[in-house]
Amino acid sequence: MSGSIATVLLAMLAGSLRVSTPFLFVSLGECLTEKSGRINLGNEGVLVLGAMVAYATSYETGSPWAGVAAAALAGLLLGGLHGEVCSLAKVNDVAMGIAIMLAGTGIAFFFGKPYVQPSATLLPGIPFGFWSASPQVRNALLVCPLFLVGIAAAIGLHWCFNATRAGLRIRIVGDSQDAALALGLPIDRTRFIATACGSALAGIGGAFLSLYYPGSWNEGLSSGQGLMAVALVVFSRWNPINCIYASLLFGAAGALGPSLQTVGITWGYYLFYAAPYVVTLVVLIITARGGRSLRGMPGQLSIGR
Amino acid sequence: MTTAIGVEAVGIGKHFGSFHALSDVSLKVRPGSVHGLLGENGAGKSTLVKCLLGYYRTDEGQFIVDGREASIERPADADALGLGMVYQHFTLVPSMTVAENLVMSRQNVPNIVNWRSEIAGLKRFMETMPFKVPLEVQVGSLAAGERQKTEIVKQLYLQRRFLVLDEPTSVLTPPEATEMLGLVRDLAHSGALTIVIITHKLKEVAAFVDEVTVLRRGRMAGSGSVRDLGPADLTAMMIGEPHAPKNPERQGIPSAEARLVVSGLRTAPDAGRKGLSIGSIEVHAREIVGIAGVSGNGQKDLVEVLGGQRPAESGSVTVDGAPYRASRTESLAHDVRVLPEEPLRNGCVPSMTVVDNLNLRGFDVGPGKSHRSWLDRAGMAARARNMIAAYGIRTPSPSAPIGVLSGGNVQRCVLARELDGDVRLLIVANPCFGLDVKAVAETRTRIMAARNAGTAVLLISEDLDEILELADRIVVMHEGQVVHEMPAKGADPQEIGRHMLGQH
Repeated sequence: MSGSIATVLLAMLAGSLRVSTPFLFVSLGECLTEKSGRINLGNEGVLVLGAMVAYATSYETGSPWAGVAAAALAGLLLGGLHGEVCSLAKVNDVAMGIAIMLAGTGIAFFFGKPYVQPSATLLPGIPFGFWSASPQVRNALLVCPLFLVGIAAAIGLHWCFNATRAGLRIRIVGDSQDAALALGLPIDRTRFIATACGSALAGIGGAFLSLYYPGSWNEGLSSGQGLMAVALVVFSRWNPINCIYASLLFGAAGALGPSLQTVGITWGYYLFYAAPYVVTLVVLIITARGGRSLRGMPGQLSIGR
Repeated sequence: MTTAIGVEAVGIGKHFGSFHALSDVSLKVRPGSVHGLLGENGAGKSTLVKCLLGYYRTDEGQFIVDGREASIERPADADALGLGMVYQHFTLVPSMTVAENLVMSRQNVPNIVNWRSEIAGLKRFMETMPFKVPLEVQVGSLAAGERQKTEIVKQLYLQRRFLVLDEPTSVLTPPEATEMLGLVRDLAHSGALTIVIITHKLKEVAAFVDEVTVLRRGRMAGSGSVRDLGPADLTAMMIGEPHAPKNPERQGIPSAEARLVVSGLRTAPDAGRKGLSIGSIEVHAREIVGIAGVSGNGQKDLVEVLGGQRPAESGSVTVDGAPYRASRTESLAHDVRVLPEEPLRNGCVPSMTVVDNLNLRGFDVGPGKSHRSWLDRAGMAARARNMIAAYGIRTPSPSAPIGVLSGGNVQRCVLARELDGDVRLLIVANPCFGLDVKAVAETRTRIMAARNAGTAVLLISEDLDEILELADRIVVMHEGQVVHEMPAKGADPQEIGRHMLGQH
């Protein structure tokens, strides 16, 4: 019995490292955008488009890293479109985000049709479990380099918000429009850049889906990670370091179903697969309780005003 | 330390389309002096300083800065000349520390900020300052007085030599205001910088200002040394009439009957602030109880609870001895009326017409408080016409949406509606915010008239002078609690101010 619990826990650890990576990238991207005072619900579309572009590029060039770069570029462009349109007067960023989400998935499905069958070169894993003889441990500790890139990006973003001119400017623009105007900061341009760069990160999250885990391209690839990232950012209190923990938690919840399957528990399969959504719901209920304003929320965010 | 510079404006004119905001206005500010810029709302004070600071371009006239003609076309030009301004609404970023705010206000922020050396530099700078502000504390957690000081420190940090303060004491308690204005005057008299204070508080002018310039409707109404001009002269210049409107007369004494009783009222904390925790507040018939307090100490929550916009966690509110939860039925039964702050947002439906908004209290009420299902359109229009005439509401037409009216006229509409008919309990929050001297006098007279007629009035105001003028009894709130209660007659503003700051 204890053996099977260990197996489940090991499988959950392994799953958590894998499943969390797209959450991490999209939530970091969303965090960057929201810090500038704008919300981007379009990151779900960016995620799907990034997955398709990464897979297609890797298939055509043979280089998965070229695929990752192409996914980031695709995210940059789609996010840039969102940023540009939202700078226009009277454009609602929530409605525009939904349009971007649908456009992103639509474009991905349209151009992605020919790449559903062929198999592209996938990203290699780094075998941190080389010391162990157990195949489960080896398998669990086979870590995608993108996960490490994500951790580095979170730390980098945190540093950027606290100790660089660019980061402080983003915080000013996101927190107090009056102050930004008085300091003569370019509000629209700052938000545009934050939105575009945030979506580039989300695009990389998509590349992870198609080029590492699950490691294929099809239309059912994303299961709403892009939208759940919005809840994740709230849970993280707009702090990039907390995004790491939140992503790991969501990743572990996502890995619950498959892990139980490894020890032969097959009942409630779909129920366990729903775990991340349940976690999302619980997080939103807890954070929204009592109608209080959220600590750490950028003051200019449209959902908070 | 920097040295103060003088500024002169000669024949300034500025128009927006056909509207002349300023015509032929001149101003002379001596270096190292405190200069008062006086006038009512809309007199052109802010337009003038915005021209000087490069936010607007003047159409006529010129500025002379430090003895030289200066062309100020954009804010950066004013920056370069050492001219700065502290706005009424602070422009510090609340979620950032004082140090972060100071560093980011500089022109040349390095790409990567080395906090250790920046903090060391700021500490050295702070030692040269006449007053200290904590560097590594979030601005959002500072009291209003501290924030105001931080704004001034920021201007000095930016090496400003001429500083405009826009209504600097509007958010401060009397002791904070006295301290801040004293510090500013000492700075000016030491020759470090020149100060212009935009204000309408004549007491402050008399105590802290050297010279004044008065504007009225975009024109010069007078100027001179404060020593030569008395408060009466200044008021006359500001409103263009020789006499200030008289204070409303108080008639009769409060009755023994407690009409509103609030006891043990608690609300949930919100937005990082404590919720209400009120032991007891009573308002009697023919009595005005004034609630004083620094903005954000629970006054808004109290109005919201009494107006039905916020649920209470525990405690009781009774009107005429009956429990009161601010439902439409209850407010109708007890004739409870509310004049909330931001009346357009809290008391009106902006897209509905003036007639509809004036009838929000009574559109579904028939004769003898009966229920009415079919609207009496003709009656509603007639009632609205009467109110528009009686309160001098200026509207393009009675069927215009109320959202297009000016703030003062919206205020009149809501006041007209809430004072219509029998009123047993009236709750008013900052009723004179943003009104000109005449409208203020008119509003206060109406509130006092309601009191004299036997209405119980709960007056919540950030303007202590207003409370001292109108109230029979004063209650001071601090962090959601009632911390002091006293009769208004003979109350000492300095003492009230200390209670407002939580110093008991």
